[in-house]
Amino acid sequence: MTHATSDTPASTSPLALHGLSVEGVNQCVHCGLCLAYCPTFSELGTEMDSPRGRIFLIKSLAEGRIGLSDPTVEHLSLCLDCRACETVCPAGVPYGRLIEAAKAEIERQRPGGAARRAFRWLNFGMLLGSPRVLRAAAAGLHFYQASGLQRLVRRSGLTRLLPGTLPAWEALLPPLPADRAPLAPLTPAVGARRARVAMLTGCVQSVVFGAHNRATARVLARNGCDVLAPPQGCCGALNAHGGDHARAVEMAKRTIETFEAAGAETVVVNTSGCGAHMKAYGALLASEPGWAERAARFARTVQDISEFLAQAPLRGPLAPVPMTVTYHDPCHVVHGQKIRRQPRELLAQIPALRVVDLPESDWCCGSAGIYNLTQPEMADRLLRRKVRNVESTKAEAVVTANPGCILQIQAGLRAAGRDVPVLHLVEILDKAYTSAGGSTVPSDASPRIDGGGKVAARAR
Amino acid sequence: MATLTLDRKSALRRELEAIVGRGGVLSEPDELLVYESDGLTLFRALADFVVFPTSAEHVAALVRVAQREGMPFVARGAGTGLSGGCLPSEGGLVISLMRMNRVLEVDYDNQLAVVEPGLVNLHLSWAVGPHGYYYAPDPSSQQACTIGGNIANNSGGPHTLKYGVTVNHVLGLEVVMPDGEIVWLGGKTRDALGYDLAGVFVGSEGTFGIATKIVVRILRKPQAVKTVLAVFDQIEQASAAVSAIIARGLVPAAVEMIDQLTIQAVEDAFGCGYPRDAAAALLIEVDGLRAGIEAQCERIVDACRQSGAREVRAAADEAERQLLWKGRKSAFGAYGRVSPAYMVMDGVIPRTKLPYVLGRVNEIVAAQGLRVGNVFHAGDGNLHPNILYDPRKPGEEARVVAAGAEIMKICAEVGGSISGEHGIGLEKSDFMPFIFSAADLAFMQRLKTAFNPTGLCNPGKVFPTRKSCGEAGPVAYRPHPIEERGLAQRF
Repeated sequence: MTHATSDTPASTSPLALHGLSVEGVNQCVHCGLCLAYCPTFSELGTEMDSPRGRIFLIKSLAEGRIGLSDPTVEHLSLCLDCRACETVCPAGVPYGRLIEAAKAEIERQRPGGAARRAFRWLNFGMLLGSPRVLRAAAAGLHFYQASGLQRLVRRSGLTRLLPGTLPAWEALLPPLPADRAPLAPLTPAVGARRARVAMLTGCVQSVVFGAHNRATARVLARNGCDVLAPPQGCCGALNAHGGDHARAVEMAKRTIETFEAAGAETVVVNTSGCGAHMKAYGALLASEPGWAERAARFARTVQDISEFLAQAPLRGPLAPVPMTVTYHDPCHVVHGQKIRRQPRELLAQIPALRVVDLPESDWCCGSAGIYNLTQPEMADRLLRRKVRNVESTKAEAVVTANPGCILQIQAGLRAAGRDVPVLHLVEILDKAYTSAGGSTVPSDASPRIDGGGKVAARAR
Repeated sequence: MATLTLDRKSALRRELEAIVGRGGVLSEPDELLVYESDGLTLFRALADFVVFPTSAEHVAALVRVAQREGMPFVARGAGTGLSGGCLPSEGGLVISLMRMNRVLEVDYDNQLAVVEPGLVNLHLSWAVGPHGYYYAPDPSSQQACTIGGNIANNSGGPHTLKYGVTVNHVLGLEVVMPDGEIVWLGGKTRDALGYDLAGVFVGSEGTFGIATKIVVRILRKPQAVKTVLAVFDQIEQASAAVSAIIARGLVPAAVEMIDQLTIQAVEDAFGCGYPRDAAAALLIEVDGLRAGIEAQCERIVDACRQSGAREVRAAADEAERQLLWKGRKSAFGAYGRVSPAYMVMDGVIPRTKLPYVLGRVNEIVAAQGLRVGNVFHAGDGNLHPNILYDPRKPGEEARVVAAGAEIMKICAEVGGSISGEHGIGLEKSDFMPFIFSAADLAFMQRLKTAFNPTGLCNPGKVFPTRKSCGEAGPVAYRPHPIEERGLAQRF
């Protein structure tokens, strides 16, 4: 019963799922050092729900040792794709790429019923595929909320009649701002110009968290950047994470074209999943004729906002922000992009701000893209764990750097009866700048070209 | 055990679920597959069930069902073991203790903690750290391995040199005996009354029962710690430096050696600050009272320089110290960067034989056309040659097994042993006669039989392969599965 040899035939053909290489499975030497850092394994204690176990399942799938049985699909789908395992993996297993390939294969083999397929098409194809459609949908949802219809529907219990995960979607829906105008094409630098950057304004981000984008642009401008915001679509991160590989590839190409045409030295991103995904365009497009090198070159210009700002001391003046905050590391910032030091260095530069350490600050909060909608039970367990940790710090606010985490943690704190705001890093920086005054950038209205036309002309 | 019929299997599943609850039993083939190996992928074996108890009573009930059914059972923690010790080598039940992972009690005044077996080793130090305490045994896998697994293998770690191995830190255990009885071995006091059964149990590799509560010592963190990195152009110089340090009467907390191939792998992994062109590096740590630690450190630096070190420096701060240790402790996994698989050996030799044995190890592995990386506890002569191979290449596994056996034989020949801390498990059971006489083994069998009369508790481990593990008496020869496949021969 004990085998001391491999019972799979010796093979040197590259392992792949859905045409995507999973050769990385061979880097896993089964040491298990990842186990205790995996949120799902930590909660369940079952090895199929650990990185090592999932890698083993992916390997066995690619080798044809097993098929996509219900349990296998379940365990692979339960992965948050938080990539905490990559941070601790001594062997350098490219776990994120492996799980994305596996998820793409699941989608190919198990597209689900007509309703699920239609729902995916609506989300991944229509909403994320077209900024105009997304904006129209946001306008509709804004009406739904502002008109009082949402309250009525929620009170009536009608949401329970919605199919699938739609009730969860409805519950998490953040208040959508009335102002969904896109960021101005150019926010000119304040003071001596240091760089010319382009911003990913995001798909969902731009309609739900336009305020973050405006704050990001102002903070960048204060630090000597001309900030370009070319009209753009979705970067494709949600598609890639959700197994919608073909559309993800097309979206990546369009994103690259958009930013190449904008002609900026750096593309600054303030949403973690997008940033990590865009940095991996090289791998995503590696087998697309004519794109491999172009994508890799583009990927090198992508930077998270904290990574970009921390390259130099923040330009003053910064007003004191006398409060105690704690910092939560978004997975795709800390694990996906290995950015841990920079946000803390930036916070340390804000006068009078006290930053206390958050236990398990780099543990997933359960948001994980659309995970809180597809796996509500596990997402909720992780959220409660996060809330307990936040409570232990007694912080007055949580600072983080990703909209998904903000929505999730805010919802968790609210449910726990805690009146603790969750802020994007750029919001607190912006607050310090705005309070300090002396800005030529209007505080929360997108600057228009007319006033800064001269700057724009110079910049070009 | 005969293969279970489908009906029997589903009836048993229901019975197990009645004990641990739904969601506490795995029996789907694709799920069991994930449990077919531990940290040593050379061996694979499938269980019929994996179960997840949350109390000693659960474990006892599971064990009673297994005994009634004549079904083998084996405890498993994080599955980071390196000798196949937690594999269900004869099918049956895997009892995963990962849902028993609490710190039940900490008594700082008496410097002890009561923990469950599934607690991750490092998490105990995290739990007591804010009070200035830690748990001393620190196997390199401590970020993932469990205290229960450490008990089974009497695990060591870099700091074994000064602080001793797991058995020196365990005061008592609550154990579910193989017949389902729940007993205490030892207790909370330092000096156990009667037979030192806790001492007997620690290191029994899961063949004497399943620990469900463990009383461990916790130590105050040392006042001062100094970590020195010494870099050598020849591995012989590094070996000489180890002996020179000990000869000066110094007792470092740890003396670890890392060779060039390993340095390159860990530098690729985490950029820890080891020079890539060094033939070998020593990581030496001293700890204790602040007074006198600088003087100790200077004597160590001096011993390394006199042995020919090209560079010796102390870690500038805690961050650099942590990074150097991270490199050392991640070394096994980092081999994944240079090879798709490795087999780690775990031999112990007299320190004075280091240069000779390391030379022989290189020759043996090279003769098989393979590569070897060495990273080990040089201070106590606990070698870890890691033979790198590719399981997809026909014949490589057989050559690894052959080289491994030869290395074990050399360790035995120079007066050493075939396991420092990884256990005998499946991997080295057939090497036991290198060290023990037939009488020695027969006596061990009788001890095992006293604890585990039916032999159903983790069968097939520790003792050389033979018909029935429950049998006492002289060791009957039966070919090991490796031999049956023509992959290795008996020496």
